[in-house]
Amino acid sequence: MLIVLPLVLQQVNDYWMHIVIMIGIFSILSMSLNVIIGYAGQFALGHAAFYGIGAYSAALLMIHFQVSFWIALPAAAVIAGFFGFLLGTPVIRLRGDYLGIVTLGFGEIVRLIFVNWVDVTRGPMGLPGIPAPTVFGYTFSGKMEFYYLILALALLTFFVIHRIVHSGVGLSLLTIREDETLAQSVGIRPNKYKLLAFTVGGFFAGIAGAFWASYISFVSPDAFRYLDSVNILAMVILGGSASLPGSVLGAVILVLAPELLRYMSDYRMMLLGLAIVLMMIFKPTGFWGEKHRKYNFYGMVRKGEGK
Amino acid sequence: MTSGGQAILEIKDLSVNYGVIAAVKQMNLHIQPGEIVALIGTNGSGKTSALRSISGLNKSIQGQIRFEGQEITKLEPHQIVERGISQVPEGRGVFPDLSVLENLKLGAYVRKDKPGVAADIQSMFELFPRLEERRKQLAGTMSGGEQQMLAIARALMARPKLLLLDEPSMGLAPLIVKEIFAAIRKVNEEGVSVLLVEQNATMALAAAHRGYVMETGSIVVEGEAAELRNNDVVKSVYLGIG
Repeated sequence: MLIVLPLVLQQVNDYWMHIVIMIGIFSILSMSLNVIIGYAGQFALGHAAFYGIGAYSAALLMIHFQVSFWIALPAAAVIAGFFGFLLGTPVIRLRGDYLGIVTLGFGEIVRLIFVNWVDVTRGPMGLPGIPAPTVFGYTFSGKMEFYYLILALALLTFFVIHRIVHSGVGLSLLTIREDETLAQSVGIRPNKYKLLAFTVGGFFAGIAGAFWASYISFVSPDAFRYLDSVNILAMVILGGSASLPGSVLGAVILVLAPELLRYMSDYRMMLLGLAIVLMMIFKPTGFWGEKHRKYNFYGMVRKGEGK
Repeated sequence: MTSGGQAILEIKDLSVNYGVIAAVKQMNLHIQPGEIVALIGTNGSGKTSALRSISGLNKSIQGQIRFEGQEITKLEPHQIVERGISQVPEGRGVFPDLSVLENLKLGAYVRKDKPGVAADIQSMFELFPRLEERRKQLAGTMSGGEQQMLAIARALMARPKLLLLDEPSMGLAPLIVKEIFAAIRKVNEEGVSVLLVEQNATMALAAAHRGYVMETGSIVVEGEAAELRNNDVVKSVYLGIG
């Protein structure tokens, strides 16, 4: 269905293609944040920073070093993952609110660097002219190509993160979320797994960023504000933390809703806020929350143990 | 009683300070291989602080802790588990949102032998048959007694040489407490040394070989369990007799 979808949408107009591509980007972002928040239980608030680092890394590599998109994409992901690791190193000692504050600060620092390091980032003017990806001399031009690219990237992200969280590593991540002290007395090193979560989270956010840069062909600090971090966080919470399909669903809802409600102009944000509040009251585990994951886990455990 | 070969655990002059408050002062304690040692004392006497120091969860400690003759004072918690000391923390030492099986598997986190782990899960089910009935249930939805059984089973999954138990009887019905203490003795008979921290002095001294009584951070009385049961101070303060 996802493969034929663009053929239908293209008949309508490019606008809908764009929306669907944005859903793809935000699906990757919310899935990557879910590793940090949903599975490792670390309340991080600066996810747009990794998205931005990925976008700027890819943009700078492609503009100044004429690197092809196919190299810039993994490079940007590695750079963003490295920053996840860097941020993780000091902040894994913090818990709860303090972690939130520091990661929020990190997000702002990164954005301010984009704004003020004019020599490299051109500040608020942004970096225009980022080349589109090419395959054997053919340059991506329409939305259709980008759609299939983001579909492939989102599926890759889903698959890799799914494998990570449903392995022994995933189980260890969950123990840290549940009870860090107890995890330690079992012999688990919480810091090792928290760092891993930040690195993986940063890595995949970097992929989304690199795609965005090449897709829009222009990056500026405006796309990576605090509000965007909160938006990604809302997707994770709304969809259901510790649930990958939930993250995708959250991205679908929160990208679509503001568009569908566009005719209501300013009231749409109020409605969205109201929806989130209602969500918290009536369905705190999200639309596609924990329950689903647990059944998966029972299955896995049963398999490992044998009857 | 002292001597009788090398102690499996030896604590020398252990002090734990939280800021200006001294939780444990110059504590000395030893456990011989195969022994159950009870550490009894009232609330806030420093028992849990001492226990957390052994398992490496307390960082700011002075003194020396030796396990099988080797110093473990400065080791990280996971290194201590790897050496063979398993802890059941105070309260419910289980992961509430994980199933019984998942909890048991995590207990074996430091082990590398997969077939051995599966066999040990089976022997835990023999020790606590109730856990087998509830193997797929989330730990947090079980009764307090069942959770305590799971916590002990989980700690044993690491195949420890020394088991540290922090108040296994806390908040449980007397019948369940009996069942748990019977299991502790059974585990001990299989060769695991046990350090039992308890407020329930009657149960602890009935199960233990030796005991220590702790008061405001210091050991005030120590001796054979039978001796302690007849000690006047212990009798009046902890056993409520006389």
